[in-house]
Amino acid sequence: MNIEKKIELLRQMYTIRAFEEQAEQLYALGKIHGTMHLSIGMEGSAVGAIAALRPDDLILSTHRGHGHCIAKGADLQRMAAEFMGKATGYCRGRGGSMHIADPEGGNLGANGVVGGGIPIAVGVGLSIKMQKRDQVILCFFGDGAANLGPFHEGLNMAAIWKLPVIYVCENNQYAMSCSTRRAFAIPRISDRAAAYGMPGVTVDGNDVLAVYEAVSAAVKRARTGEGPSLVENFTYRWRGHSKSDANVYRTREEIESWKKKCPIQRFRALLIKEGALTEERAKQIEQQSYTAIESAVTFAEASPEPNLESIEEGVYA
Amino acid sequence: MREITYSEALREALRQEMQRDERVFIIGEDVGIYGGAFGVTRGLFKEFGEERVIDTPISELGIAGAITGAALTGMRPVGEIMFMDFMTLASEQLVNQAAKIRFMFGGNATLPFVMRTPAGSGTGAAAQHSQSLENWFVHIPGLKVVMPSTPYDAKGLLIASIRDDNPVIFIEHKLLYKVKGPVPEEPYTIPLSTSEVKRSGQDLTVVATSVMVKRSLEAAAQLASEGIEVEVVDPRTLKPLDAEPIIRSVMKTGRVLIVHEACKTGGYGGELAALIAESEAFDYLEAPIVRLAGRDMPIPYNRTLEYHAVPQVENIVAKARELAQGRI
Repeated sequence: MNIEKKIELLRQMYTIRAFEEQAEQLYALGKIHGTMHLSIGMEGSAVGAIAALRPDDLILSTHRGHGHCIAKGADLQRMAAEFMGKATGYCRGRGGSMHIADPEGGNLGANGVVGGGIPIAVGVGLSIKMQKRDQVILCFFGDGAANLGPFHEGLNMAAIWKLPVIYVCENNQYAMSCSTRRAFAIPRISDRAAAYGMPGVTVDGNDVLAVYEAVSAAVKRARTGEGPSLVENFTYRWRGHSKSDANVYRTREEIESWKKKCPIQRFRALLIKEGALTEERAKQIEQQSYTAIESAVTFAEASPEPNLESIEEGVYA
Repeated sequence: MREITYSEALREALRQEMQRDERVFIIGEDVGIYGGAFGVTRGLFKEFGEERVIDTPISELGIAGAITGAALTGMRPVGEIMFMDFMTLASEQLVNQAAKIRFMFGGNATLPFVMRTPAGSGTGAAAQHSQSLENWFVHIPGLKVVMPSTPYDAKGLLIASIRDDNPVIFIEHKLLYKVKGPVPEEPYTIPLSTSEVKRSGQDLTVVATSVMVKRSLEAAAQLASEGIEVEVVDPRTLKPLDAEPIIRSVMKTGRVLIVHEACKTGGYGGELAALIAESEAFDYLEAPIVRLAGRDMPIPYNRTLEYHAVPQVENIVAKARELAQGRI
């Protein structure tokens, strides 16, 4: 990977962090309606995985999808506007945090149902194959989704038809409050890949380059018609599951220990050590990311509410 | 006109649409060389090959996901769920995903797919292979629900459903597959959301769906010999409903009997009754709105018990006669 691309990945990670910190603040100020699911601490997974894609490739995201959306190249203003339920948002305020989608940019949507995107990826993969298009579909899901029926049906179907799908499991170790230690009798979720006849690999999800390498191999395999793969990014969410989470199921020490493994600080330090970046330049990138989000939020706040007359639009084509 | 079966009419619709539009494909369990559990797709595998007539593992949710994802990205799939009972297994994708994606995306997506599935009792298949669950899907905004009652309607409505840009739940009936009727050879469409008067009469309106249209027409023929003229209206598309022909018919006859196979409580008849009561037809009613529907029970295996679990011709005759004679 060349230096420019590495710096771009760092910028994306900072942008995601900035977006979510800003989202949290807006929530605290009572400016956000509903709930949201933050991926703070998991930026390496989203950015590393999507860096392995071409711009015309497709993704399916999850309820914890802000990072995927930004890494896929979303317009920050339209994204922030959707987050705030405004008419200028990607979904004209109909979707909100859990359903941001940008089909033109290749983001086929976040999903409010755990595991909901896994069977859809089968259809997208089938569609790509039938239309003989040179694309791949990358489907994110969490550790919790790996225990749902759709995981079994979806991975099996993608495997038997050798579909161009990359299944990326973001294992942040907790399905709401239920830890993977309690929910799995196997050490690695990627071990399940063998049961579907596809490669499975577990990588350090807080190492953006390791994620990039693993997903790149899966993308290559998918694009050359060899079929799907399962990549497990082992990571950790710093925040609660959603805004109503009091974190009673894990210790403060555990959370703090993972904050020391921050994927952004780690990558930033690496780039500085490699000489790709100076401290000053790194600070500048960080600052620019926060400024970009501030301006996106300003745009969103100034945007109009959806028109009430349009309330039922989009139910039917 | 040539007469073919309901099943052949469906197959002809599939074949003609697959010939016309290469984006159309079939996906489901045993739809390939086996030809579908009820034979609807027989021969299509040979004609179009395994790439367009796709056999799946027993994965109903996977099938629903496959048609959702494929429709979202430019294809026009036709899925098949072998028995409507198994739509329960596919429901997450149909209800939470397919029905809502267009709306959740602010109108920025289109999902043109059809999910075909046979409903209904009368085959001795007992409680888990005989249900009529149309109202589960009628209740979901974003889905269209179609229930053809004749071979002619089956072909025209299936072609229209395939060409529609929305997810369509297309509910067939096992007892209708072998019923013959006139069907034009060339492709044609029956616009969705058009109810049809299947028989004219001035004494009583019967609104019926699916196999109950056939039974209601048989009942109407019997009642005609007694001098009772029944008007039979078939909604054909349950959602979005074309209510106007139903309301107009009730205004003409002043009496209405609603007949469906699904369990009475929470069934489509309740919706129709409310709709009539809320409409201008209310002032024309000369008797209460009456529903004749499946008993609130699972379908039993025993032949006699099964027969009596859902409305039959004699039940419709009896109830219609009572209503027409002012005894209700």
